[in-house]
Amino acid sequence: MLSRVADSIYWMNRCIERAENYARFMDVNISLSIDLPRDLPEQWQPLVRVTGDDILFESQYGEYSREAVVEFLTFNRNNPNSILSCLTQARENARTVREIISSEMWRQINELYLSVKDMTMKRHGNLSDLYRDIKNGTHLFNGIMDSTLMHNESYHFANLGRLLERADKTARIIDMKYFYLLPRIEDVGTAIDLLQWSALLKSTSAYEVYRKKYGGMDFRNILELLVFDREFPRAIHFSLLEADRSLHAISGAPVGAFGNAAEKELGKIIARFSFNDVDDVVHHGLHEYLDDFQVRLNCLGEEIFHTFFNQVH
Amino acid sequence: MKDLLQSYQSDGFYDEVFFPSGDVRPAYRSFINDLQAISLDELRAKQHAAERTYIARGITFNVYSEGEGVERTMPFDLLPRIVSAEEWSGIERGLIQRVRALDAFLDDVYGKKLVIKDKVVPQEIIESSSGYLKACEGIHPPRNRWVNISGIDLIRHSDGHYYVLEDNCRVPSGVSYVLENREIMKRVFPGVFERTHVCPVNTYPLRLLEMLEYLSDVPEPNVVVLTPGIYNSAYFEHSFLAQQMGVELVEGRDLVVDNGVCCMRTTRGLKQVDVIYRRVDDESLDPQVFRSDSLLGVPGLFDVYRKGRVVLANAPGTGVADDKVICAFVPDMIRYYLHEDPVLPNVPTYLCWRPQEREHVIANIEKMVVKESGQSGGYGMLVGSASTRAQQEDFIGKIRKDPRNYIAQPIMALSRVPTLIGNGLEGRHVDLRPFILFGKEPLVLSGGLTRVALCKGSLVVNSSQGGGSKDTWVLSNAEGSVDHA
Repeated sequence: MLSRVADSIYWMNRCIERAENYARFMDVNISLSIDLPRDLPEQWQPLVRVTGDDILFESQYGEYSREAVVEFLTFNRNNPNSILSCLTQARENARTVREIISSEMWRQINELYLSVKDMTMKRHGNLSDLYRDIKNGTHLFNGIMDSTLMHNESYHFANLGRLLERADKTARIIDMKYFYLLPRIEDVGTAIDLLQWSALLKSTSAYEVYRKKYGGMDFRNILELLVFDREFPRAIHFSLLEADRSLHAISGAPVGAFGNAAEKELGKIIARFSFNDVDDVVHHGLHEYLDDFQVRLNCLGEEIFHTFFNQVH
Repeated sequence: MKDLLQSYQSDGFYDEVFFPSGDVRPAYRSFINDLQAISLDELRAKQHAAERTYIARGITFNVYSEGEGVERTMPFDLLPRIVSAEEWSGIERGLIQRVRALDAFLDDVYGKKLVIKDKVVPQEIIESSSGYLKACEGIHPPRNRWVNISGIDLIRHSDGHYYVLEDNCRVPSGVSYVLENREIMKRVFPGVFERTHVCPVNTYPLRLLEMLEYLSDVPEPNVVVLTPGIYNSAYFEHSFLAQQMGVELVEGRDLVVDNGVCCMRTTRGLKQVDVIYRRVDDESLDPQVFRSDSLLGVPGLFDVYRKGRVVLANAPGTGVADDKVICAFVPDMIRYYLHEDPVLPNVPTYLCWRPQEREHVIANIEKMVVKESGQSGGYGMLVGSASTRAQQEDFIGKIRKDPRNYIAQPIMALSRVPTLIGNGLEGRHVDLRPFILFGKEPLVLSGGLTRVALCKGSLVVNSSQGGGSKDTWVLSNAEGSVDHA
């Protein structure tokens, strides 16, 4: 397929997945602000910190108020990663590959974009409903893609973009815990600490899975599920393994070996998750471990770009 | 709708639906019968549903003059324009004849130039045309076909006859609206199509692909559609046609000339391209030959084309036939090349290049439509009756300065079709753009784009000037409509 088309499909899916995950970020905080004891101040800064756009935020807003953060992460067109910006980019990408994707896919991304844009203009309505609609809208898109797009090269580029973005965003959601402040150091392990962890689980649709698999709240088990699980579809490890399958489906090289620089890079990242456990994370430091992972993901993105999208002939 | 139809006024114009007596023309009887049975509210709900569908399907074009990211849908009116089978067969004959003559003219004008030697079209008119490309002289495009895809704009005058307003032999657009309008109409009026035999239009992409493949010597050629990109106002159509044909949509940056052939960049390296349905202007095709600042084309493409290693459809150079001055000579070309009388007459045209006609135009400018010969899309024109004296003086100045570049036509009373406006039906002026494919033989799509000037009294139907569209039904039986008991 055309390199430009592969590039557009990859980014269309990254953007949609990003929009979904931002909706999940917002959801965590909205539910936290409901659950937390009344005397604790709402914490909105961690949301922006975790997206890495805090400098941009501070150049446009004063303090990290609920209104400012909601606006910045959801509707702000000057924030290239806001939900509306992501959906705009996804739609622009979709528009350049309209003849490749199914018309149902185009229609779904178009309608999702229009509904969020509409909300921007009206600026009223229930935010929780909005984020739920965005999640449902992106799920619907993924479902439509799964059942209407040929599972050939275009599908695998789509899947690659979607799953790498998901791995990155799950890492950031976990990292959010690092930025959440506890009232006192001895609050670790207390009700508030656990409330924050369960909010993170809920935001990744992992709460029920966790309860079934592990029962009581435990920090190590939560990391086990969100980072290392091979079966939970939003776990980092799972996402990378699936991305790897698609990457190899594109080249035809067997999984476990590599035929190009992108496969080599992803293989190295996966090896780390396959042969690490929670002890290694704790030893390394959670925030540092995740940070390191994100740097590697960026390298992988560059290798994908050079391998498929910008070959020099 | 019964009372609305009864109170509808033709205002002395040729009305496509009603005889001057108020009786319904045969082609419309079945549809008007159905229309009478529904209420205004229902019709408006249908209209609303159709408009929503356009937005949801993203059938939009970009408007640049109004700031970033302004997307518009082409306004669509539900009440169709219906053409009887008998009337259509005349139109079809006229179009086929015209396209044959245009194709023969292009082959001649870039080849032996007999049309000049025999003094049918003056040499200075051809050589001064901005669409005439010296680089195309001596080129024989594949199968010797130049005008592979054309759209010819027709109007119906108050005398009831069709006239040719202009030819579009470069990159005519609008066919996607023909197909999409029909899809939406089928959804909005499902029952009506069961009672009225309307010729289908949905085979167009298949016919287009067959025609493009015919142009290549390669068995199973690799066909692509070349678009200027998503910021082009017709981008929707480019992607629509690529999708419907099942071929790649490429931009200039996807193509590269390698080893004397044209290739596209894929995730697995270069792949040869055999046929390019290009929706990029001649001047932007190849920066090495034409406009050097263009980023839309492919460096070296023209050379590959000249050597016959890639097909470009339409052939570069067809723009000379779109020149409004040269258009005036098409009836002569039909007589010259085909030895036939034209079936479809031109709208009478005065060439300001001829001193006598120029003075006539200037003296009667308030009764004329003056047009720049190289412009299209409703730009660069003056409707005498709807202009101020100052605007007229301005055009007179332009005509005197550059007479070659101006033509004038009497203001034609375009026919009208009832259109849903607010809470009622009002007559609005329409034209008709049928589409013709020309590979082995000319093939006319049984339908076309009916453009409607939605502003009251306006004669300008271009979408860039506030025009909308209607579905065009060509009936398939001789009676004009199917009787229903």
